[in-house]
Order: sequence, then C-alpha cells, then structure tokens
Amino acid sequence: MSPTLPAALSPDVARLRRSTAVRLAWLGAGLAVLALLFVLSVAFGTRIVSVSDVISALGGDQDGIAQAAVVKRIPRTVLALLIGSALALSGATMQAVTRNPLADPGILGVSGGAALAVVTGIAFFGMSDPFLYIWVAIGGAAIAAAFVYTVGSLGRDGATPLKLALAGAAISATFASLVSAILLPRADVLTIFRFWQIGGVGGATWERIGIITPFLLAGAAICFFSARGMNMLALGDDLAAGLGENVLRARLIAAAGAVLLCGAATAIAGPIGFVGLVVPHLCRLLVGTDLRWLLPFSALVGAALLVAADVVGRVIARPQEIEVGIITAFIGAPFFIWIVRRQRVREL
Amino acid sequence: MAGRRARLRRRTLLTSGLALALLLVFVVSLMVGNTFYGLDKVVRVLLGETVPGASFTVGDLRLPRATLGLISGLCFGIAGVTFQTMLRNPLASPDIIGISSGASAAAVIAIVVFSLSETATSLVALVAALVTAALIYLLANRRGFAGMRLILIGIGVAAMLDSLVSYVLSRAATWDLQVAMQWLTGSINGATWARVAPVLIAAAVLVPVLLLHERYLGVLRLGDDSASALGVRVQRTRIVLIVSAVALLAFATAASGPIAFVAFMAGPIAARIVGPGASLALPSGLIGALLVLVADLAGQFAFDNRYPVGVITGVLGAPFLVYLLIRSNRSGGSI
Repeated sequence: MSPTLPAALSPDVARLRRSTAVRLAWLGAGLAVLALLFVLSVAFGTRIVSVSDVISALGGDQDGIAQAAVVKRIPRTVLALLIGSALALSGATMQAVTRNPLADPGILGVSGGAALAVVTGIAFFGMSDPFLYIWVAIGGAAIAAAFVYTVGSLGRDGATPLKLALAGAAISATFASLVSAILLPRADVLTIFRFWQIGGVGGATWERIGIITPFLLAGAAICFFSARGMNMLALGDDLAAGLGENVLRARLIAAAGAVLLCGAATAIAGPIGFVGLVVPHLCRLLVGTDLRWLLPFSALVGAALLVAADVVGRVIARPQEIEVGIITAFIGAPFFIWIVRRQRVREL
Repeated sequence: MAGRRARLRRRTLLTSGLALALLLVFVVSLMVGNTFYGLDKVVRVLLGETVPGASFTVGDLRLPRATLGLISGLCFGIAGVTFQTMLRNPLASPDIIGISSGASAAAVIAIVVFSLSETATSLVALVAALVTAALIYLLANRRGFAGMRLILIGIGVAAMLDSLVSYVLSRAATWDLQVAMQWLTGSINGATWARVAPVLIAAAVLVPVLLLHERYLGVLRLGDDSASALGVRVQRTRIVLIVSAVALLAFATAASGPIAFVAFMAGPIAARIVGPGASLALPSGLIGALLVLVADLAGQFAFDNRYPVGVITGVLGAPFLVYLLIRSNRSGGSI
C-alpha cells in the first residue's frame, strides 16, 4: 500500500520504497535462482551422481542406484520448497502482526508448542498417523502463539520486541522441560522424537506432501488476503482504526494464517528455526515494506533458502547429512544477533 | 529507625529459618532411601563412627549425593539471583540467556563424540560455560553495556547451541543418548566425592566474593553514570560479579548438569519470602539448595518411576515461569 505510506512517516519507510520495475526484476531473479537451486538439489546429494544418470532418472529410468537416488530427491526438494515458503510467509506475517522485527515461529515458541503437542500425542495417545500430527501440531502452535502474544503484550508499553522474545524463550524453555519430562522414561518415543525434533526434510514422500499441501495453501491464502489490512496495521493501531480498519479482526485473521502455516510445516518437518526471521528482513531490503509484494517475495526467497540449506547439509558432511534445521539455525542465529546489535538500546 | 531495625531482624529470622529448613531436609535425605536409618545412626556416621551397614549407605552413597544437591542448588541460586538483579529482569537467569546451553552443548559433544570420562566432561562444560558467557558479554557490549541487548543476544546464542545439541543427540548411540539426556536434564544420581570436590572448592571461594560484592548490585542498577558518580568502579565491579556468578554456575552445572529452572526460581521466591530491596544472595542460595534437595527426594520416592531431579524442577518451574512472566510484564520488570 505504498501510496498511503507518507514518506515523512519514517526515514526507513522512504528508504525502503521500491518501484514496480525494481520489484519485478527482483521477482524474476528470485524465480531464476529458485529454479537453479531446484536443479542443484536434484543433482547433488550424499551420493555423487553423474549428469547422464540424472537425465535418465528424470526420463523415468529407475534401474540403477544412482537413478533411484535422484528420483528420491525430487519429493524432498519439493517438500523443502513448500516448507521454506510456508515458514518465511509465516514469519513475515508474524512480524507484521506483532510489528516486531524479532518475530519468528521458533523464537516466539510457536514451534515449541507444536512439538509439545506432537510428543504428547505420540506418548500418551499412541498417535502415528501423519494427518493427525498436523491437526495436533496446529492446535499446539495456536495455543502457544496466543499465549506468548497475550503474555508478551501485558503491561504498559505493549508488546515490545524484548518482552515478546523473552516470553517466547521462556515458553520454549517450559515446553522443552515438559517434553523431556515426558520423554525420559520412554526410550522408544525418545528415538522417534529426536529425529523429528531437529527439523529435516529427509523423510519426504509424495504422500506427505499431498497431506500438507491443502493446509499450506489455506494458510498462504489467508496471509495474502490479509496483506492490505496488515499494511494498515503498520501505520499504528490508532491510525489504522481511523482509516476504517478493524484492527483486532485484521490481526486475528492474519495470525491464524501464520499459525496454520507454521503448525503444518512443523508437523511434517519438525521445528525449523530462523527461516521466518531472516527471510522477511532480507526481502524488505529488496522489494520494500509493502506486504502485498513482501509476502509473495518472502515465500519465494524462503523456498530458495531452505532448498539451498538442504543441499548444503547434504554436501558438506558426506557421507552423512546434516539436517536442514541445523543449517538454518547456524545461519539464522548470527543474523538474529546482528539485528539485535544494530538496534539502539531504547528501541529494545 | 525502629522500622528498619525491625525489618532487618525479621529478615535475619527468616534467613535463619530457611537455613534450619535446609538442614532438616539435608538430614532427612540422609535418612531415607531403600533402607531407613534413624537419626542416631546418621549422626554417628557423620561424626565419623563406623556403623555396620549405615556407614556405607549413608557415608558413601547418600552423603555425597545430598552434598552435591545442596552445593549445586546454592550455587545456582546465588548465580541466578546475581544475574537477575544485575540485568533488572527476573527472566534473565542463566538458563534462559544461553550460558547453560553452552555448558550443555559442550558436555553432550564430550559424551557422544569423544566418549570422555565424567571428570573430563565436567571440565569441558566448565570451560564452555565461561566462553559462552564471555562471548555473550562481548557481543552485547557495544556502545555501552545494555542489559536488554545482553538478554536478547543470549537468547540467540542459546537457540544456536540448542540446535547443536539436538544434532549431536540425533547421531548418538542409544546408550550414549541415555547418558546425555540424563546429563541434560540435570541429575545428582550416583554422586561421588570426586564429583563434589571441585564445586565445593569453587563455592568456598566464590560465594564469599559474591556476597561481599552484592551491595554494589543495587548501585549498578541505577545506571552506569550514577554508579560511577557514587564511586563504584563500574566496569570492574560488573566483571567481578559476572565472572564469579558464571564460574559458580559453571562448576555447579559441570557437577550436576543444568538442573532446570533452579537458578531462575530461587531469586524470585527469595524476594517473596524476605521482602524486596533486601540482600537476596544468601536467601536465594538457601532456597536453591532447598529446591534441589526436595525435588530430588520427590523424584526418588513420589512416583512409580525414578526421575532425575531436573525433571521435577522443570515441571515445577514451568508454571512458575509463566506466572512470573505475567507478573513481571504487568509491573514492568525487576524481581
């Protein structure tokens, strides 16, 4: 909604205004990079495969080990793409809803809520159906998000970045200790859970992708639909209300979209941190602050980031592979620290 | 001022009460177990007499365990309240701002990757806690020290280290996994004097240092400028406080693992009991020790399964944390 953002409002906003041509150029570049990464992700992996094998595998030949490996990489790449865009979209929406630069599903404890819900389901109700995982994880994520936001915005000055981040960290610590209390006496569940907990796309199958896609589409649709309303929120609650926006409703709807995305992604891939934090910041530098551009672009860059992180994780530790959640944490945490260091003290 | 003297007397009374309660729980935890030994036998063992049966069970098994619980709890409590007071935020305890995560990551790597012995693991955890704390402090110390920034950077560092921990755990063999999980939760099972000795010595040296420097904490809270105007050497005092608190925490973590939330709960509970504005270090230490010993007794005897102490404090601490979060956000910070 760039026309309604007066340039005098904040120097940051003026600096981050982008013309449509620039945005389209970045969008094209982003798509090209994503396509390239897709090819790389199919071609490179723990097993080294020759180009001819890749081509014959894509042609439907699955006889050799090399071809079979390539065929297995395709759903994995698709899943990384979906999860990456879901998390980035969810992060961008959370940052807009909370008007907080440090919002991220991991930092705010939303993924932790999903994790606790899944563990409870596995340990006490013998849950094993991935379809149920999703519903349970979304429920846990929603409860955690509502709780952290409520607690973080208590008090005089509302939801400051510090209060939200602290509330999120505290809730995460709480969830983690409950999870370990549930897991310690149950060695069998512990084994299942420790792989889920790291966050990875290694176990991708077309079936799983089919299960989560409707959830992700619904969440993404809600977020895109709320982009206009969230642009208003960026002006401040009073001004947005003055312009005829129902502030509470806009917040709730957008937050529901973000939780849906994050919960579904977490259910399938485990808690993958920091994608939702890093990507929107990066995209704001490229296409500006208008959410109608920022959201789709974040989804694109998030997909590219997660596919890239997955390729890196497969390549650097051959013959083993490092789960994508570890890679994103090691990219994302320094970035988080950098943002914090950049802020002036009183803004914290 | 009579009011002040009365308050002081009340505080001294309450602190002595805490110490007495701690002594009681300590003795009880020496008495109970698979076999119950009466007070007379326990006292005779403590005095160095040889009592058939009791000498081994009480002297070699229960005494090191109870001592480790007591000393670790004391260290966690004092270190935690020092951080909370210095950073003016009850949530800024070492378990949340990443120092315990540093120790945990190092210990898990030592156990799983290098299969180090118990002593070596403790040593590695100690060094890692100190390094992590130094790193967080340096990163936060930009254009002047800001407590807020330190907390947030600590959260970021903790997130990174925690993901390292889960990565290493995912690669662990089942046996190592059990050991590592035990360590991560915090446990005083199977304590030996060799494990207790380092933390005992550290506590003997550092607790007095912290207690002596504690009165500057109140001055530091006024802000750097006011504090130096009042004649406190700000940077030096802060570093002494941070280093002693981190070292206490690190030694305790190395011996017993990061017993969840003790460092975090002790201070606010102590503030509730002795009243705000008072010197909190000693009462917090006593509360920390009480928490660990009581939770350990509960973990051993209250359930069908035997749980390590960290699980009990974790489950206790979780709702308390949430309560405190709500309260401190309402009132705008400070213990």
